[in-house]
Amino acid sequence: IILCCSASDSKVLTCAAVWRMPKELESGSHESPDDSSSTAQTLELLCHLDNTAHGNMACVTWEPMGDGKKVISLADNHILLWDLQESSSQAVLASSASLEGKGQLKFTSGRWSPHHNCTQVATANDTTLRGWDTRSMSQIYCVENAHGQLVRDLDFNPNKQYYLASCGDDCKVKFWDTRNVSEPVKTLEEHSHWVWNVRYNHSHDQLVLTGSSDSRVILSNMVSISSEPFGHLVDDDDISDQEDHQPEDKSKEPLQDSVIATYEEHEDSVYAVEWSSADPWLFASLSYDGRLVINRVPRALKYHILL
Amino acid sequence: TMAAPAAGPGHGSAPGDSPEGPEGETPERRRKAHGMLKLYYGLSEGEAAGRPAGPDPLDPTDLNGAHFDPEVYLDKLRRECPLAQLMDSETDMVRQIRALDSDMQTLVYENYNKFISATDTIRKMKNDFRKMEDEMDRLATNMAVITDFSARISATLQDRHERITKLAGVHALLRKLQFLFELPSRLTKCVEMGAYGQAVRYQARAQAVLQQYQHLPSFRAIQDDCQVITARLVQQLRQRFREGSSGAPEQAECVELLLALGEPGEELCEEFLAHARGRLEEELSSLEAELGPSPPAPDVLEFTDHGGSGFVGGLCQVAAAYQELFAAQGPAGAEKLAAFAQELGGRYFALVERRLAQEQGGGDNSLLVRALDRFHRRLRAPGALLAAAGLAEAATEIVERVARERLGHHLQGLRAAFLGCLTDVRQALAAPRLTGKEGPGLAELLANVASSVLSHIKASLAAVHLFTAKEVSFSNKPYFRGEFCSQGVREGLIVGFIHSMCQTAQSFCDSPGEKGGATPPALLLLLSRLCLDYETATISYILTLTDEQFLVQDQSPVTPVSALCAEARETARRLLTHYVKVQGLVISQMLRKSVETRDWLSTLEPRNVRAVMKRVVEDTTAIDVQVGLLYEEGVRKAQSSDSSKRTFSVYSSSRQQGRYAPSYTPSAPMDTNLLSNIQKLFSERIDVFSPVEFNKVSVLTGIIKISLKTLLECVRLRTFGRFGLQQVQVDCHFLQLYLWRFVADEELVHLLLDEVVASAALRCLDPVPMEPSVVEVICERG
Repeated sequence: IILCCSASDSKVLTCAAVWRMPKELESGSHESPDDSSSTAQTLELLCHLDNTAHGNMACVTWEPMGDGKKVISLADNHILLWDLQESSSQAVLASSASLEGKGQLKFTSGRWSPHHNCTQVATANDTTLRGWDTRSMSQIYCVENAHGQLVRDLDFNPNKQYYLASCGDDCKVKFWDTRNVSEPVKTLEEHSHWVWNVRYNHSHDQLVLTGSSDSRVILSNMVSISSEPFGHLVDDDDISDQEDHQPEDKSKEPLQDSVIATYEEHEDSVYAVEWSSADPWLFASLSYDGRLVINRVPRALKYHILL
Repeated sequence: TMAAPAAGPGHGSAPGDSPEGPEGETPERRRKAHGMLKLYYGLSEGEAAGRPAGPDPLDPTDLNGAHFDPEVYLDKLRRECPLAQLMDSETDMVRQIRALDSDMQTLVYENYNKFISATDTIRKMKNDFRKMEDEMDRLATNMAVITDFSARISATLQDRHERITKLAGVHALLRKLQFLFELPSRLTKCVEMGAYGQAVRYQARAQAVLQQYQHLPSFRAIQDDCQVITARLVQQLRQRFREGSSGAPEQAECVELLLALGEPGEELCEEFLAHARGRLEEELSSLEAELGPSPPAPDVLEFTDHGGSGFVGGLCQVAAAYQELFAAQGPAGAEKLAAFAQELGGRYFALVERRLAQEQGGGDNSLLVRALDRFHRRLRAPGALLAAAGLAEAATEIVERVARERLGHHLQGLRAAFLGCLTDVRQALAAPRLTGKEGPGLAELLANVASSVLSHIKASLAAVHLFTAKEVSFSNKPYFRGEFCSQGVREGLIVGFIHSMCQTAQSFCDSPGEKGGATPPALLLLLSRLCLDYETATISYILTLTDEQFLVQDQSPVTPVSALCAEARETARRLLTHYVKVQGLVISQMLRKSVETRDWLSTLEPRNVRAVMKRVVEDTTAIDVQVGLLYEEGVRKAQSSDSSKRTFSVYSSSRQQGRYAPSYTPSAPMDTNLLSNIQKLFSERIDVFSPVEFNKVSVLTGIIKISLKTLLECVRLRTFGRFGLQQVQVDCHFLQLYLWRFVADEELVHLLLDEVVASAALRCLDPVPMEPSVVEVICERG
């Protein structure tokens, strides 16, 4: 019902606000109601997250499991936890934490972990990944130099509580186990430019979607570190016989970690990718030129995973 | 005469038969006589037919014919012949009869004489035989007499002979008895004199007899005496045996005597081995002392010499003596000896290995090889003697192990040398920055590194080659002929080194904490070139050299040259790509900082190109020079002559000449979007971090692509004011002016820079572009 987005002010300050989506769109379309793409319906502004004291807002995210009352926003070097009051008309700063250090530290991205009763938040600033406990607003883990360059985005594995994916300017996607932060569990290096977005599929966490400014969207199958047991797909020849328009899916039993498909429909940098919240086989990507591409997981693979 | 016709009508004279006188030719007559004889004996008619043509043989009138009929003949004569002729016939007949008679007479006389003489002879023979018979009879009698005499003599002598035999037996017995009685004193004497051998021999001789007759009291006494003395003897021998000071041969003698005295062999052999062990252990401990914790140990050659002569020699002696003495012990004894040798040998090997391990640290390869050679050679003798103890095998194993370790050591050495080279290069690269003056050129450094690495490899090969030299005793072992050459030297050392070199080089790419990295980019470049050189020439050269020096006979698979080359090429490519990334990152960071830190909304109207852009161009030029030192120019696309003059053109009509209509006006932001989309339909996608080729242009293209893409992305994140946009315009134009010459395809630069300006325009609150002419003026002034 309620959506959160960052909008630019006429000042150079980025702010965040809470909007209400019109009822008609409620059915779960996940398009970003950006100023530019707002069409017939207008959004109802509920409240602003007041961040003038903290600098540029870089990222806002909902508490994933809660009743929609908590929001984390990242502003410059602060983590702000907001409590939305009755009917979301007012946001109150519940607690905050800030990152101290030499130079200008700016958060670039943050995600709320769906595990641990939603008490963990992971953030990225520069080349470092940090985990925070929202109850005490203190740092619980830190991956120094997670990427060679700026970390652009991160996402939690929805089914494995300690697994985290991150991506950055070094063209890599890395998978981390937050219990052992000294080295990544797995590294993908498929993109040829900065990776802006990484997203786990909500229900099948072996499917990982990444979007990059090399204008490609890559769907990877990370079987080896997913929650699906290995070698779980035993006999599937008949299925691949029916559906063989995707040659990548011919691989037998224990699927190797592999790139399933590379989507090159975009002409310019892809800045956002997201899975559909309604259909686990649907995903969308958005690029600089304003093109929104909706794709479907190849059907053969879908059956492969389901059966 | 008248009687003639009457007496022999058969005498009828045939007219054709005897016309001649009585003195008729004898051959004729003789033939007639023969013919008649023949007829008489019934010889063939043919013979008769051979006679001269004459009267028919059946003619009854033929006087000489078989069918002569006197009546017919007479009738014929009487009828046919006149009287005169008859008369002639009659005389002729008479004459013939007479001749025949005389012939007969002569024949009878002749034959009678012969018969007489034959009879005489027979009679004589008869007489002679009779005489001989008599003599034979006499001989037989004589023989009988002789036999008789002989029997009588034998009978007479029999008795005496028996007595003599008996006497002789008694004599022998007496002598033996005397020996026995004297035995104790003799033995004592022998023992006193130390002639143990003699004593033992006496004892052995007497033993059996004494044993047999021990029921007799006197013999018993002797035996007891002997036993006492023997016991003493044994004791003395044992003592001597145990003293240990005596050498191995004397001990062996003692043992031999003791064995002859019937001492239990097993016990003796145990004792013998224990003694030998004592001696050998002394040797070992002296060796160990040499080994000692303190370094002033003798060099390894001396050590192995010492060990060889002391321990191995001793072991040889012991083994030889043992096998001689205790051959009777059978396989159990041999096993004991083998175990003994194995144990001591094992300890010896342990010592040697410790000593050799000390040598591993470095030192002279030739000395080591010689020492190993001695060691191996010395052990061949006991090895042959004691095949079961496996000494030779163990020795070979040690040698092999040492050789292997040596190879490992050399590999380490090579790696260290390579790393040392790299450190030198680093220092050389760092030096000019400190002093500010030109250091040695990159090309020179590269040559230095390459030659020093190569010389190290050659030195190592030469050192390792000693192991396979012909005169070294172990060089003909299968290991050294096959595996050592192919697996050890070729694979382990050379291929291993190349692998490790590539890995070392690649590790520079992988260092995660990049940020410019601790590795100077020039080093990356240099390594990349080095690897490329290896790929093209050096690897095959080194491998050929190795294969020549070590005639590889082993059939085991070896890494082909092509695989190594591919690896080296891959490494070179990765290094170069990494170089591009690093350098691109340096410039990107510069651009990014410059974009991010500036407040683009409130900038003043641009008057200058920003210093960052100048810096970027300077750096790019520096990189260009650096890469140019090591890599060839490469191909670039043909360029239009007005490249540098090309006006900057987001909003100007010259943009993307001929691609689309220049009817665009800045008032409609949606159109900008459309515009860029359309434009992109026509331009190829730019692969930013694409792999680079081995040439300068490709390298620089890569770097510039990375930088400009960064600029683009950064610009898209900012919000610009009018002058901000104009500043971007100016900067981009400046970049375009100077960067096109570095890249393979200048379109690429144009495209990216256009994109930057377009993005800036999109993010601009008040997009009013600067006049292209003004932009140009500013750039030229800057």
